[in-house]
Amino acid sequence: MTERQHPPPSGPASSLAVLALADARLPGGGHAHSGGLEEAVHRGTVTGPHELREFLRGRLHGAGRQAAVFAAAAAHAAARKAPRRCWSELDTEYDARVPSPAQRAASRSQGRGTARAGRTAWPSPALRELMSVTDSPHHPLVVGVLVGASSLAGPKDAAAVVAYLSLSGPASAAVRLLGLDPFAANAAVAAFEADTERLARAAARTAGLPAAELPSTGAPALDLLAQAHRKHHEEEVRLFAS
Amino acid sequence: MPAEHSHEHTAGAHRHPVDFDPTAAGPDPFSAERRADRPLRIGIGGPVGSGKTALTAALCRTLGAETELAVVTNDIYTTEDADFLRRAAVLDTSRIEAVQTGACPHTAIRDDITANLDAVERLQRAHPGLELVLVESGGDNLTAVFSRGLADAQIFVVDVAGGDKVPRKGGPGVTTADLLVINKVDLAERVGADMSVMCADAHRMRGDLPVITQSLTDDPSAGDTANWVRHRLAEWSRSDEPVV
Repeated sequence: MTERQHPPPSGPASSLAVLALADARLPGGGHAHSGGLEEAVHRGTVTGPHELREFLRGRLHGAGRQAAVFAAAAAHAAARKAPRRCWSELDTEYDARVPSPAQRAASRSQGRGTARAGRTAWPSPALRELMSVTDSPHHPLVVGVLVGASSLAGPKDAAAVVAYLSLSGPASAAVRLLGLDPFAANAAVAAFEADTERLARAAARTAGLPAAELPSTGAPALDLLAQAHRKHHEEEVRLFAS
Repeated sequence: MPAEHSHEHTAGAHRHPVDFDPTAAGPDPFSAERRADRPLRIGIGGPVGSGKTALTAALCRTLGAETELAVVTNDIYTTEDADFLRRAAVLDTSRIEAVQTGACPHTAIRDDITANLDAVERLQRAHPGLELVLVESGGDNLTAVFSRGLADAQIFVVDVAGGDKVPRKGGPGVTTADLLVINKVDLAERVGADMSVMCADAHRMRGDLPVITQSLTDDPSAGDTANWVRHRLAEWSRSDEPVV
């Protein structure tokens, strides 16, 4: 009999579902969204790694935090087999916290795509309940449900996934739009490790609140960029859907 | 043998889950998306400028009157192709959907087909009787092929002006597409392309898979390709197999 050589696993869980949902290769439609970055590039506000990092900071603490709050709440609800009414409330309350119709549409479009991938890979009663409310739920809710269905992960993991995606999407778009050094873009994302951890923890702490009492973290600049992006796409060429 | 019984079956009556007769062809008890439940999806891919949009427009003109069809376009960074089809008025604009691909056209048709499936589903909802959806990819390279989750069959379009060595270079588009179309053959002489070399290479690379040479200048109806599509449609509607 050999003695255990390694300490028992501890610290942050890393379920395969969590890793796969945060992977840019997840076939959930995320690759076509820049999270407002294309509009920012078009306006000349992001031209290099430094501005990218500042953009990402705003993105993480605005849209990322909002998404994290709801992903955590959805994971919490999924683990407790929440009734249909709860999903409907979460969906509505997220709408209420995202004033830009373009941002809401981008969120629902990615939610629908992630749910399509999730239906095949991680089917669950909670996902069916959520999809019975709408066939295009908000992205953080879908991620929360898919993470919440795993016994190895919880609200904080769901929050971390969407917080990370709020960074990785624009960073990848910056590489494609600006021909940015991919190592610089990757480093810009990596710099937010501590911020992401704090934000995910905070989101997990509020995960059990009633939907109407969940924190609201506005990001007016991103809302404006999303609206301008959509308006400009109608007039001229845009590469990304948002 | 079929489970023997004297009673008649009526709606709502009991079902027999087990039938030991291997030749009995009862309804499949497992629900699966059946081919007849949705339109056939044909992908049209190929390098930039090879004539994918012109072929798509020709197919719309030729097949539009006899088939309920719709088109999804995947431009790299414009809505040029969708606009061209709308301007050409080959289809009602409600039958054309344009997809944004985030600067990665091959991703949208192969690795992450979400946006395209969404577009197909929007078209299906708007036109319940749809029989055929043509999904035109953005111009890409020789490795860009459609996922089988998006396209049931795919056409790869190359052209003589791109060089007569293209078929020889191979790549999944040339070697695995269900149909290879060598386009713009009317230009062969002017660009110094040797058609016999091109065709021989294409057949050598593709084995038994079909190759069509065409010129939309000489035949604006894309007759041979349209016939190939008609055959695929006929097979699709005959087959009652679930979609795999």
